[in-house]
Amino acid sequence: MRHVFSVRIGPIGFRIGSDWRAPIEQLAELYSHYPAPQDGVPDYNVRLFAARPWRRVVRPSVMIGGDFVLPEAAPLPLAQGLLAAEMGMNLQMALGQRRYLLLHASVVERDGRALLMTGVSGSGKSTLAALLGARGWRLMGDEFALLDPATGLVHAFPRLVSLKNQAIGVIEQAVPEGRFGPLLAGTPKGDIRHLVPGADAIAAMETPARPALLLFPSFGYAAASRAVPHSEVFVRLTQASTNYTAMGERGFTALTSLVKAIPALAIDYPDTDSALAQVEAAWSDLALEAAS
Amino acid sequence: MNDGWLLARALRTPETTLALNGAGWTDLLAIARAEQLIGTLAHRLEGLAVPNAVQRILGDARASAEQGRIAALWEAEMARRVLTPLGVAVVLLKGTAFVAAGLAAGQGRSIGDLDILVARDRIDVVEAALLAGGWEWVKPDPYDDAYYRRWMHELPPLIHRDRDRMIDVHHTILPLTARITPDAQALLEASIELATDMRVLSPNDMLVHAAAHLFADGDLAGGMRNLWDVHCLVGEFGTDGLVQRAAHHGLKREVGRALRLAAALFGDGATLSAADRLYLRRLTARDGWGWPIRPFTRLGFYIRSHLLRMPPMMLARHLWIKWRHGHTPA
Repeated sequence: MRHVFSVRIGPIGFRIGSDWRAPIEQLAELYSHYPAPQDGVPDYNVRLFAARPWRRVVRPSVMIGGDFVLPEAAPLPLAQGLLAAEMGMNLQMALGQRRYLLLHASVVERDGRALLMTGVSGSGKSTLAALLGARGWRLMGDEFALLDPATGLVHAFPRLVSLKNQAIGVIEQAVPEGRFGPLLAGTPKGDIRHLVPGADAIAAMETPARPALLLFPSFGYAAASRAVPHSEVFVRLTQASTNYTAMGERGFTALTSLVKAIPALAIDYPDTDSALAQVEAAWSDLALEAAS
Repeated sequence: MNDGWLLARALRTPETTLALNGAGWTDLLAIARAEQLIGTLAHRLEGLAVPNAVQRILGDARASAEQGRIAALWEAEMARRVLTPLGVAVVLLKGTAFVAAGLAAGQGRSIGDLDILVARDRIDVVEAALLAGGWEWVKPDPYDDAYYRRWMHELPPLIHRDRDRMIDVHHTILPLTARITPDAQALLEASIELATDMRVLSPNDMLVHAAAHLFADGDLAGGMRNLWDVHCLVGEFGTDGLVQRAAHHGLKREVGRALRLAAALFGDGATLSAADRLYLRRLTARDGWGWPIRPFTRLGFYIRSHLLRMPPMMLARHLWIKWRHGHTPA
């Protein structure tokens, strides 16, 4: 490959190669505070390439490849090359990861204990993670929670936070000192802008945390909260995991242990301020229960 | 630049990997993954003092292969439960057979579909039973379906609706359009019963099948893995009676080539013809990103695979129909 960038995000090393310079330069800039893969050996390769040699220059269009690929993945315009790289990294994790049980969730940490938030796209988990990350919590990731079946701990995967549509403006205001990537308009998921996790999140990314609370946020409803029973949590999390089946018994054991170990709450919220208040309230309740 | 030979050397002499730097390891692992040999590599390199990051990746590959082994054996058991009551013996082929029989070729091996061999005169009964057991047709296209039934050595692929696993039910080991017609009855008769109430081919027939699959049928995709199977089978069982058996099936030339190429890649080497070298050029056509290289060599073998399968007029008709359907070669 002509242009190459290697990086480690949490415990996972990536090598990204590209036919074009621009996406690699953007990655190098946004991931400048991250380390290189351990021992110089990445876990996964991502490849951004032109479908035909001339498409490198004529109407350049970025195909996403790597160790693991989905056959029907559509190419992106070169202006969205950074998104292609991020999608490529997520794809390697989703399809190839077998060390950790992957939960499609955002994770923040306080006092060594992790808060996991999971839900469908648009439920606001990235936004909440970014906001909490700017308010004293450590951002551990906005895409995947990496649950280690051997220890029950969650490992950080603080890649760039992917902000979509209205969330972009909300976070630009809430985190004025934040480092942002270019605005990627008109992607298949609407407008996207990446936020670089804070220096604290990157510095501590090798420190895992013990899961303490699981939230299922839903945006756009009057504020409410209810406890979610184990059976429902289990089913929801199997659906939120890309490698639960592939992990076999290890995945089952890891997931059932998690479900039994921590409380789960579904919270509806009308706006981010009330969501943050609800999260803090749930967290305090947890501390009170632990103390009593 | 690194190519498939990097992987071949690592499998043949694991200690050579200790001289690799980070970039060399990165290339090796990418190639091994692309050739679906990373589990095998992990098994071969077990116990070596490799860098920590490599140790972790290989550990994951071993765990993944072990999970794959369990899933493959379970799938075979599912098929057995459907077919045994019909009096149909389930003869396992390829990867599932290797792990079911506990062979060296099965260690760390990646296993995709379940391949089984049944007698041709029982194929309708088998298909009906599988359909009743929850398997469904994958190919919705009537031309493809008819083509399989008339000309192929197997039923159109079936997939289980709950477990999402594919089964290929073979009644012989080469397409009926091929010029070579192996003795399917002899394959069944010489098959060996396992303690699990399933059967596998005799070692010599396993070698004949691997060679047929590689050199008389496909375009050599996945060839390194198949030749690793050959290397392991020869190491475990030797080659007594193999030439006669291959001649019986009409596959003497293919088996000879498989032995030479396996020895060249993974063994003590062999005297190679010019054609053998071309095959090796195709087999090792991977760059350090695990990506296919040497497009002209690949295309040549792709065309060859079609010429082997069909007489020219039939091929022309087939390609015409496929082209009108918007088919593009992978």
